[in-house]
Amino acid sequence: MSKTDSLQGSLDLLVLKILSRRPGLHGYAIMTAIKDRSGDVLRAEEGSLYPALHRMEEAGWIRARWITKENGRRSRIYDLTAAGTKQLDAEESRWQEVISAVDRVLRTV
Amino acid sequence: MSLWSRIANVFRNDCLSGEIDEELQSHIEEAVTHGRDPVEARRAFGSPLRQREASRDVKLAVWLDSLRADAVFGWRQLMKRKVTSAAAILSLALAIGACTAAFRLIDAMLWRPLPVSHPERLYVLAQAGIGPGGNWRISESSEYPLFRQLRAAVKDQAELLAISYSSRTDLTYGPDEEMEKAWRQYVSGWMFDSFGLKPAAGRLFTEIDDLTPGAHPVAVLSYDYWTRRFNKNPKAIGRTVRIDSTLYEIVGVAPEGFTGTEPGVGIDIFVPTMMNPYVTRSDASWFRPFVQLKPGVAAQPVLERLRVPFQANQEERSKDFKGRSRSVIANFLHQKLILEPAGSGTSDMQKDYRSALAALGVLVALVLLIACANVANLMMAQAAARAREMALRVSIGAGRWRLVQLVLVESAMLAVLAALVGGWFAWWAAPFVAGRIRPANDPAHLYLPADWRVLAFGLALTLCVTCLFGLAPALRASSVEPAGTLKGGDDPHSRRRTMHSLIALQVAFCFVVLFLAGLFVATSGRLSHQSTGFSSERLLTLDAVAARPQRQALWQQVADRLRAAPGVETVAISAWPLLSGNGSNGFIMLNGVPVNDTLAYFLGVSPGWLDTMRIPFVDGRDFRANDTSPNAAIVNQAFARTYFNGADPVGKWFERPQGTAFARYRIVGLVRDARYRNMREPITPTAYVPLAQSDPKMDPASETFIVRTASANPLALAQFLRRELPRARREFRVSNIRTQQELVEQQTIRERLLAMLGYFFAGVALLLAGIGLYGVLDYSVLQRRREIGIRMAIGAQAGQIARSVTADAFLMVLAGALAGLALGESLARYIASLLYQVKPGDAAMLVYPACLILAAALVAAVPAVIRAVRIDPIATLRQE
Repeated sequence: MSKTDSLQGSLDLLVLKILSRRPGLHGYAIMTAIKDRSGDVLRAEEGSLYPALHRMEEAGWIRARWITKENGRRSRIYDLTAAGTKQLDAEESRWQEVISAVDRVLRTV
Repeated sequence: MSLWSRIANVFRNDCLSGEIDEELQSHIEEAVTHGRDPVEARRAFGSPLRQREASRDVKLAVWLDSLRADAVFGWRQLMKRKVTSAAAILSLALAIGACTAAFRLIDAMLWRPLPVSHPERLYVLAQAGIGPGGNWRISESSEYPLFRQLRAAVKDQAELLAISYSSRTDLTYGPDEEMEKAWRQYVSGWMFDSFGLKPAAGRLFTEIDDLTPGAHPVAVLSYDYWTRRFNKNPKAIGRTVRIDSTLYEIVGVAPEGFTGTEPGVGIDIFVPTMMNPYVTRSDASWFRPFVQLKPGVAAQPVLERLRVPFQANQEERSKDFKGRSRSVIANFLHQKLILEPAGSGTSDMQKDYRSALAALGVLVALVLLIACANVANLMMAQAAARAREMALRVSIGAGRWRLVQLVLVESAMLAVLAALVGGWFAWWAAPFVAGRIRPANDPAHLYLPADWRVLAFGLALTLCVTCLFGLAPALRASSVEPAGTLKGGDDPHSRRRTMHSLIALQVAFCFVVLFLAGLFVATSGRLSHQSTGFSSERLLTLDAVAARPQRQALWQQVADRLRAAPGVETVAISAWPLLSGNGSNGFIMLNGVPVNDTLAYFLGVSPGWLDTMRIPFVDGRDFRANDTSPNAAIVNQAFARTYFNGADPVGKWFERPQGTAFARYRIVGLVRDARYRNMREPITPTAYVPLAQSDPKMDPASETFIVRTASANPLALAQFLRRELPRARREFRVSNIRTQQELVEQQTIRERLLAMLGYFFAGVALLLAGIGLYGVLDYSVLQRRREIGIRMAIGAQAGQIARSVTADAFLMVLAGALAGLALGESLARYIASLLYQVKPGDAAMLVYPACLILAAALVAAVPAVIRAVRIDPIATLRQE
């Protein structure tokens, strides 16, 4: 199985979780965070990460703003909103349900 | 936020794309800083364009974005062809504007609910049957003693309201010299409560303001009148106003918007029914009884309950009838009570104009259809020019629906622009026409707001129009076959067939418009040229009133004084002017027996009146100063025909029932026929009787001085005569001055209005149909230039070319005209009541629209034919 895009619909959950721990990350930092924290197992592709970020922004779960870095370049960083915190809770508990359901299946069959 | 920001993002598209690009760029830079290979980092992103599109689609409403793109593209298309676009927009605007204006008028007159609570529960109680005149009629009038019984009979199921006919009356807030005019209505005291109306100031009537005859001199002003006359001054409440000889106290102002129950008339002042002098009389019908059903009550059972006391009352009243034939009495007893819905009010103007407004509606709808067909043809021709563009769009992956949307958006833009211009036109046109429903000095009062009803209508109309002219071209555009079209092998004939059938449709509608307009113009012409039997040249009518009934000798004194004034030729007096709408009628008896069921009309006149009116004598003599009524009478020829079999009646006697007795008259003169009531009906049998009464109790308090002036403009004397009258005798004054010509013209005002509208719409329809035909012919020549070139190259003559170019179109014109003829004939049946001495089947009525259309078609064909025969075969063939 390829490492890429093995997130199986959990990309939103990971992005929200990471932003809840470390607010104010830009896209690249989020991508690296997913890679590092998962011990190189999970990887968010640029091609899916940015549309996901923009989708969540439109949904109002995260908020984006532009900051200017020391080198004068602008960078777009993201923060969790109140709605995003709620969404994170929901996604987390849904994930737990899925995990335990999969577990049950693995144990009984 | 989400939807809004997505919609907002549509309109900051460039900015959005820039931001997305910048973010992705910064990502790549970050990656490179962290040691990634720049090429690899960029490759990881895949196509930047796809990235951007994916993110953009998330960030904005895709459907709206495509609409925006289509709108921008459509606008460019419209601007590219400024002249044709402007022509399309203007013709549509005219049609949409006319439709909206017609809707405003029809709505104001017939449909708009009264501003009362539960207008849907409001009915007017009417009697249907054969009236004393011998024709079927629905009478809404009632008498008060009967009304009381009826009200008591259904008091648990419904409330009955007496609301009088509006009347334009003289009133004054000061001395007699400051008399002014206002619309007055007698209403039941409980009307305001039943209608759920709250006062704008002061208080409104209640039941206790309407208990005892003559005992409640209180008045309520309408909001409109309060604004106009008192500038909304609260001090108006408590003031007194004198109407006739009664002093009323103003107690309040009705709420804004409520101006009585008669569409077309704005009531100024309401007074209780008990103040009407006829309130105790069972032989005087002077108001409309309204029925307001209580919640949950059906109309039919209420009607059944009302029938019993009504029938008993009719029986009782018929016992007193003297001098009426048995059939007239039988008809009276057979009158049936009916309930007519009155949620939109009821008025004479409503009845007069119902079919005229329907005809107007048909005219504007037809003009709209013609305009739509025109624009559809235009779009169709343009679609042909754009067939390659469409084919290209399909081949690079545009969906069918996307193409339909593209063309529809363009159509909608045309329609919306047209609706805006049309709205402006309607804003101006509706009051313009409304101002011509009644004479200029007494205009109709129509509520013509631009509210949600009008806006909703305009919106619905615009949508309909978009679909009408846009859908066919849109579907056609979407069904292109890219392979064939791009190769240039489109089938031109199918498109031409559609355009030709649209031409046939246009001509058919145009024919109907011309035909109907012709009927109206002919009717108006016939009515205007109808002889009145008298001369209204330089004739002024002065309606005069006296403080109390006055002997005829005093009226004569005033007439003598007026006669001596400079610029006055002759002066005579009558009870009221001819053709003023007033009339008094009765059955004629010979030797105590009714002759027949025809009603005769009576008019009191002074000696010399017939001479002043220039109604010539056939036999006998004029009245003398000592002739009185009853006693002497002068009759017209219709009278002699109806009651004396055409024999000379001079010297004979007749009787007229008057109350419970008979009045006897000796005929002293026979005069030629003159119009008394109106211009349409056959001239009524008329008896002129002396104004001088043999019974002093019958002396009148109002008469009309008929003044023939020396100057061509009789109104020049009006102010002088108005001042002169009180100088002659202090207790007399002028209430109203009109020229006799004005009264004659008033009789045909509706017909002249219809004729004017007919001319206008006929012109518009003809113009539009002509432009349409021109466009189609021009297009077909353009398309067939190759073929024409070949024909010319092998020796075809100019005549043959012209024939081949126009033959199809003229066949369509012919087919359209025939269809229009059939349609027109079937429509004409419904407007028969508006016509006068004009038969829809008359050859002349059919020939002239046909000729006009043919002429327009010929003119429209000329440029195309010239273009066709001027085609240079060599140049054309070399081009290909």
